[in-house]
Amino acid sequence: MTLVKESPPATRKARSAAPAAVKRRGRRENLAGYLFMSPWITGFLLLTAGPMVASLYFAFTDYNLFNTPKWVGLDNFTKMFDDPRWQKSVEVTAKYVIIGTPLKLLLALGVALLLAQSRRGQAFYRAAFYAPSLIGASVSVAFVWRSIFSDNAIVDRTMSVFGFHVGGWVGNPDWILYCLVALTVWQFGAPMVIFLAGLKQVPKELYEAAELDGAGAFRKFWSITLPMISPVLFFNVLLETIHSFQIFGSAYVVSNTYCGPADATLVYTCYLYQQGFKNAQMGFASAMAWMLLLAVALVTAVLFWSQKKWVHYEEDAR
Amino acid sequence: MSATTPAAPKPLGGLGRKRAGSLAWHIGSLLVLAVVLYPVVWVIGASFKPSKDIINSLQLFPAHPILENFKGLADGIADISIWTFFQNSLLYAGGAVVGILISCSLTAYAFAKIRFAGRNLLFSLMIGTLLLPYHVLLIPQYVMFQKLELINTYVPLLLGKYLATEAFFVFLMVQFMRNLPRELDEAARIDGCGHLRIYWSIVLPLCRPALITSAIFTFINAWNDFMGPLIYLNEPGKYTVSLGMMMFRDSDGVAANYGGLIAMSLVALLPVLLFFLAFQRYLIDGMATSGLKG
Repeated sequence: MTLVKESPPATRKARSAAPAAVKRRGRRENLAGYLFMSPWITGFLLLTAGPMVASLYFAFTDYNLFNTPKWVGLDNFTKMFDDPRWQKSVEVTAKYVIIGTPLKLLLALGVALLLAQSRRGQAFYRAAFYAPSLIGASVSVAFVWRSIFSDNAIVDRTMSVFGFHVGGWVGNPDWILYCLVALTVWQFGAPMVIFLAGLKQVPKELYEAAELDGAGAFRKFWSITLPMISPVLFFNVLLETIHSFQIFGSAYVVSNTYCGPADATLVYTCYLYQQGFKNAQMGFASAMAWMLLLAVALVTAVLFWSQKKWVHYEEDAR
Repeated sequence: MSATTPAAPKPLGGLGRKRAGSLAWHIGSLLVLAVVLYPVVWVIGASFKPSKDIINSLQLFPAHPILENFKGLADGIADISIWTFFQNSLLYAGGAVVGILISCSLTAYAFAKIRFAGRNLLFSLMIGTLLLPYHVLLIPQYVMFQKLELINTYVPLLLGKYLATEAFFVFLMVQFMRNLPRELDEAARIDGCGHLRIYWSIVLPLCRPALITSAIFTFINAWNDFMGPLIYLNEPGKYTVSLGMMMFRDSDGVAANYGGLIAMSLVALLPVLLFFLAFQRYLIDGMATSGLKG
């Protein structure tokens, strides 16, 4: 706000031609706007923009919270790329995102299509299916998950009936990640609700016209439903992908706080937490955080770029 | 659709197919329902089982339910009453709700109803923070609060809520306010009302649904929050429920008092489940509109 420049004389004269009342009103609106915004502006500077700059600086320093940060150039980044545990955390997170997100969204879309078929009971099922999204992030559910995926517990016994015996998923480095994938897929309700709202917006006439032309169910889905809901599909893909990059609590609790066994659930933020808050490697952890930001920005950019090819926005969006 | 709309007469074969389709619909929905609700029903049943049966018994509800697990909770853990955890969680969640309602509605009002220079730029910045991973801010924020000697207080957990850093709720409220009829606040302006008056007497009352949605989501998010308390609170007497629960497990994760852990899990879930049952409409509609207009 201190940047308001003295306007050059010519424009000042031109502006003063406008009625003084209008000008005063504009200035008053600016003042009111910034006063109403002041909590957000303070928060943005103090808790978002400032920390981002600080974190970028820390990323290039050696800092343990008690020393003065010492500039080390790209050391943190070279150390990071050579660090097998960092590589492992990238691998674990990538696996989690690549397997979990599509499964969750496919289930969400499938169930939304099912529910959209009938109005009777829809509200009930919609609410019941949504409930896991609210409690899924809680420590309680993480403990429940640990329990039902234990050796000889319900999941293992059910799978054994189908000749598929794993034993305890939680103690098995090959399987524990799938236990987390199951936990995120279980929370398909939130994207499902968004899909359902999108499906409601598809004009019925389109289907009627297609039926007259003899289109089958699959054809109708492919040529009408999918393009018409592509904006909500895009929204869901974007948000779910970004969220699942940041999984922490459930991995931490399901793996009993050490993100193992054998680092099998060492998701990115778990390693960031260990480095920053257990080993007091604030510089290294900040470098990790910036790599996460870059990855998320890259995925976001690719998604936005790709939407030109597959997302159809209505010309006159209501 | 097909079940309720009186359709034109159809050939008999079509009717039979319709009934079969409806049956398949119900079977499909019930199957999904069973899988979705199983963990919730499981934890209710398990909390009435003796510790040794919790994992291995396949019965959802025990033949001989016991109350020992809940009675044990009354003794607390490590000399701390579990009510302390609940009070702490209530303080955190309640404080968060108040902060979000005030700060986000003020910000949203400015975005939706005031024409000020730089509004569009600030709005894009706000939307940008929606996608920003929180972890980039984690370390510098911790450093800042550590230098200010605010570790082990609720300030780091709550400050952002009073400074409208939760862009999702600002966005939700902006969308809602933009859809309010313009005539109302224009009429008020002509009558000489200032922005504060319009905000308080016209816009806020009309925004009740958006405010309720934001309040409940905020409460539930704070109640479930794990990472914040884990990082900022280090004295068991200040732990929230989600952190206090961690004290019920021992080093190998299979708590000696397994029944207590499961009973605690259920008790910790109850407020969220009750909120959900009472307000599910607001939550689901809030969720749905965020996606449609995003």
